[in-house]
Amino acid sequence: MTELLPDPVPAQAMGTAHLRADGPAKVTGLATYAVEHPADDALHLWLVQSTVARGRVTRIDPGAALAHPGVVAVLDHTNAPRLVADDPETTDPELLVLQDDRVAFRGQIVAAVLAETSDAAREGAALVAVRYDAEPHRVELRDDSPAYAPESVNPDQPTDTDDGDVEAGLAEADVVLDQTYRTAYEHNNPLEPHALVVTWRDDPDGPRVTMVDSTQGVHPVAATLAPMLGLEKDRVRVRAPYVGGGFGSKGLPHAPEMAAVLAARTVPGRAVRMAVTRQQMFALTGYRTATVSHFRLGARADGTLLAIDHQVREQTSALKEYAEQTATPTRMLYAAPHRRTRHRLVELDVAVPSWMRAPGEMPGVYAHEVAMDELAVACGLDPVELRLRNEPEVDPETGKPFSGRRLVECLERGAELFGWAARAPEPRATVDGEWWVGSGVASATYPTMTQAGSQARVQALGSGRYSVAVGAVDIGTGARTVLAQIAADALGVRVDDVDLQIADTDLPMATVAGGSSGTSSWGSAVVAAAQLFRRDHGDDPDAGVHTTASASQSPGMEEYATHAFGAVFAEARVHRYTGEVRVPRLLGVYSVGRVLNPVTARSQLLGGLTMGLSAALFEESYRDPRHGHVVTQDLATYHVASHADVRGIEAVWLDEEDPHVNPMGSRGIGEIGIVGTPAAVANATFHATGVRVREIPVTADRFVD
Amino acid sequence: MQAEITLTVDGTEHRTTVDTRTTVLDLLRERLGVTSPKKGCDHGQCGSCTVLLDGRRHLTCLALAVAHDGAEVVTAAGLADAADDELHPVQQAFLDHDGLQCGYCTPGQVCSAVGMLDEAKQGHPSHVSDDLEAEPELDDDEIRERMSGNLCRCGAYAGILAAVREAARS
Amino acid sequence: MRELAYLRPDDVGDAVAAVSGNPRAQYLGGGTNLVDHLKLGVTSPELLVDVRRLPLDEVEEVAGDDGPVLRVGANVRNSDLAAHPVVRSVFPAVARALLSGASGQIRNQATTAGNLLQRTRCVYFQDVTTACNKRDPGSGCSAIGGYARYNAILGASEACVTTHPSDLAVALAALDATVVVQGPDGERRVPVLELHRLPGDRPEQDTTLAHGELITAVELTAGRLTRRSTYYKARDRASYAFALVSVAGALQLDGDTVTDVRLAWGGVAHRPWRATVAEEALRGSAFSEEAVLAACERELSAAVTSEESAFKVPMVRNVSALVLGRLAKEDR
Repeated sequence: MTELLPDPVPAQAMGTAHLRADGPAKVTGLATYAVEHPADDALHLWLVQSTVARGRVTRIDPGAALAHPGVVAVLDHTNAPRLVADDPETTDPELLVLQDDRVAFRGQIVAAVLAETSDAAREGAALVAVRYDAEPHRVELRDDSPAYAPESVNPDQPTDTDDGDVEAGLAEADVVLDQTYRTAYEHNNPLEPHALVVTWRDDPDGPRVTMVDSTQGVHPVAATLAPMLGLEKDRVRVRAPYVGGGFGSKGLPHAPEMAAVLAARTVPGRAVRMAVTRQQMFALTGYRTATVSHFRLGARADGTLLAIDHQVREQTSALKEYAEQTATPTRMLYAAPHRRTRHRLVELDVAVPSWMRAPGEMPGVYAHEVAMDELAVACGLDPVELRLRNEPEVDPETGKPFSGRRLVECLERGAELFGWAARAPEPRATVDGEWWVGSGVASATYPTMTQAGSQARVQALGSGRYSVAVGAVDIGTGARTVLAQIAADALGVRVDDVDLQIADTDLPMATVAGGSSGTSSWGSAVVAAAQLFRRDHGDDPDAGVHTTASASQSPGMEEYATHAFGAVFAEARVHRYTGEVRVPRLLGVYSVGRVLNPVTARSQLLGGLTMGLSAALFEESYRDPRHGHVVTQDLATYHVASHADVRGIEAVWLDEEDPHVNPMGSRGIGEIGIVGTPAAVANATFHATGVRVREIPVTADRFVD
Repeated sequence: MQAEITLTVDGTEHRTTVDTRTTVLDLLRERLGVTSPKKGCDHGQCGSCTVLLDGRRHLTCLALAVAHDGAEVVTAAGLADAADDELHPVQQAFLDHDGLQCGYCTPGQVCSAVGMLDEAKQGHPSHVSDDLEAEPELDDDEIRERMSGNLCRCGAYAGILAAVREAARS
Repeated sequence: MRELAYLRPDDVGDAVAAVSGNPRAQYLGGGTNLVDHLKLGVTSPELLVDVRRLPLDEVEEVAGDDGPVLRVGANVRNSDLAAHPVVRSVFPAVARALLSGASGQIRNQATTAGNLLQRTRCVYFQDVTTACNKRDPGSGCSAIGGYARYNAILGASEACVTTHPSDLAVALAALDATVVVQGPDGERRVPVLELHRLPGDRPEQDTTLAHGELITAVELTAGRLTRRSTYYKARDRASYAFALVSVAGALQLDGDTVTDVRLAWGGVAHRPWRATVAEEALRGSAFSEEAVLAACERELSAAVTSEESAFKVPMVRNVSALVLGRLAKEDR
């Protein structure tokens, strides 16, 4: 296997519209998602969850469950197979399922029921009697909760940063803004619940695990589970041909996957099928922590920033640390000589938080961009103008030049398309019938990353056709479509001549579909393999010849600060009688390098905007402090945007390419759509009503009196 | 308790024995191998399991199989003409307007759209109809409201709207 | 072993006999709430008596003592009732309430009687790992001191602070509908206002129906007032969401004078809340937004709120003004 630095790829198919390759399978429902994979004689698994937030399991009585027709076995910590937990490098505490009697959070897996049918499994699970020795728990993120500084924040960034002297900057400022902004607990809630079908076989040459999983990364799942199972990674085969969304929650395996593998191990040769219920997802498959951002901005009277101070409090789980990188975008978004960021974590007896679309950037930029809106009001400036006045020459965090920073153009183009010039300068100035009407703006940014380690294989099939294989996963992003376009251009053939294979650990290593890095990481490998293939085998290769390669990182990634940028404009209407908020118009203008497929890219950007709108107005997981679990644990009480909530919505982008990131000239687009959107909507509600709400979701009760 | 029922699914008649607790959705997905309707919430809160049941859009997760003995179910798979490899016009419109991403809510969206267009044709009003007594005109707000029983977490609503708008015209 | 027996009788009498004779039997209608509860473990009957195919699916216009009556069979689907031409023209509040509920699919399944008999969506009622007096009498009320955004502000008790989720019931309460009930000893008629009850110390009892009694029809008497009726549901999500508060109103003006008015509130109490104090204050007075707000303040003087539910007081007052204001505009 060779690693090489791929040459830039001339765009032919890239940049042109291609309909979603798996569209016909999806509109008919014939695309087969994890739990739907046929397996003869499969058993169904149902999880039993703890009903205390902290303590020990003292007794489990499976009797009634085992007596229920169809129930085959009850697994608990006394009889579940043991996991390898002696290597801290490979031991994920979240995945130590049914290994001891400790309960670390309410909703933790304390038993699991195997049965012949899902009805019997569910009924059996309800009949498992569990006794606890409960201990006092701490589950509330309070302003006075003791907090600590983690060693780093997700994924591996400094916890704190200091530049200049923030206090001196604030002292020198003509205008000082000092406010606190809060974001709610949120759950990813992909429409397809986490699910898998897994079989454990004790083959003569050792155990072999095969699973069809709902995951954002088949290789990462195998790599994470295998060592804890005492297996080499290649003994675990994972496939994920279709995945019903993830938004980060399927970025890593969670406890239910391990529970199913353990259950499968007890019935070798027999498939175990499990779908996590929607309610269980609220405890077991990750979520976004609530955040508290204390912002201080100091500016000259003309709006020029002198000091930016962003101090974050958020929570983590006592079981496993996760530090949301909420203040990291503050380090690079605007120029200011004096700057400080802090992250502090409150450790609680709660479920393990994890990635949710734009972790860090979503809550952090929300806070920053509402603060900027408040600063604009304080300075008597138009909010767009305030942002234009604080454009940095180079990345304020690293001092490197940006590979491309066209935020100003995004703001200006957006202002023009949105009709911003007609906006009333004062809030609470526009009434239309029963509604207050206002508009708001926010900047957006998301780091551009290419992850190391992906490989691709190109093989000639004869007659000018090629197989291109990479173990990537399409969770709805359009990767299946876009990777074929990239491969076609890198090979110099038509898209139809590429037979793309993905979503299987039997295919070359690929990194997770996360961090808006999938297309860049996998695409670079595909280009490297295609270019090396042509070098080795020429333009008229014999059928069967093949090449596997990976791409070395583009030198531009070191020389430049690489980020995507955008500007979001929102119109909000707030009902004068009820306080209900509706958003008739939402516009995002983006600078994201080359857009490889305008069809799927537009959908992803619109999807991000929609999720941002949803966060702005609806999404909130209510954790009951007495119990410790989220009680709004279904889609009727945890609201995500419905179709009626998404009215005029548009995403456009600047025509460009970024030559410094990867051979395709693209940046990631999966997450930037959600960034800034909650702030733009919140700012629009202020402009409509004159009422400033400093937390999301911004709900009707805030405006009714 | 077990009960024997007959269910016609996409034109095929199935005679089968079910537990009285089994929903139509679980019967389809786990017993009959019909996985076109999806399970997103299992509690009537997402719309992914929508099919046409006796001609009307219907959630299968909240329908006990035993209570629907004799019913005729059409799923998104049955809407397409498999023999001719031809999609239903609504499905084609979803494709053309990229009214989907992960695809999990999509079969339910498609069935819901087909059922909804029929309801509109019959003159059913909606929550956003200004004049309850008028024949409904399927403008964008009407389509959005009538399709709101199908959540899409990927946020493909703009494409779904365009697709249904086109299907409504033809 | 938890067995679930199933019966589908051919006539109403057999159905009533089957449920009356078994304390652990329940009626199954459209199933949109009951099936949910079976899966959650909220209820575990040993017998389901399926009434969905009983011949109770007609909407008939009949003559009544006070005018033409619309008799709606218990099994008429929510979507069919909302689309019925008489409901749309003569009882617009009913059509609007139905159309604001649930989703197109659910309205195709849910029945008229089932809509009235649906149970609270209180998160604790639906979570069997928490205490709930309605689900498990005597276990306590987790909603007090817990998630309170959807809690009642009127007529709650120490045993239960939840709200009734039906939109239809609120509209029927405003229009003084009657529910026809078949019991083992024959038929009786119950004003819809007397169907649902306040929780008191028996929150497990949603309604005044005895076990085994079956709603067979709902009757609506038409009048000038019912034609000038409407319904507004306030909610964060624009569709497919339960009400924060809702208001069904009907108004009759003579010039500026209120000659008759109906006001019923949803999302504020364990049952649809008929705002009789407010109605009384408005009847005979000159119509104005201020008058409506003041009248509602009087009704709401009895409200008991928590920090999370306090918004419902101004919200239901404002929505009342909005609803009656819209009707006044129509009437002038």
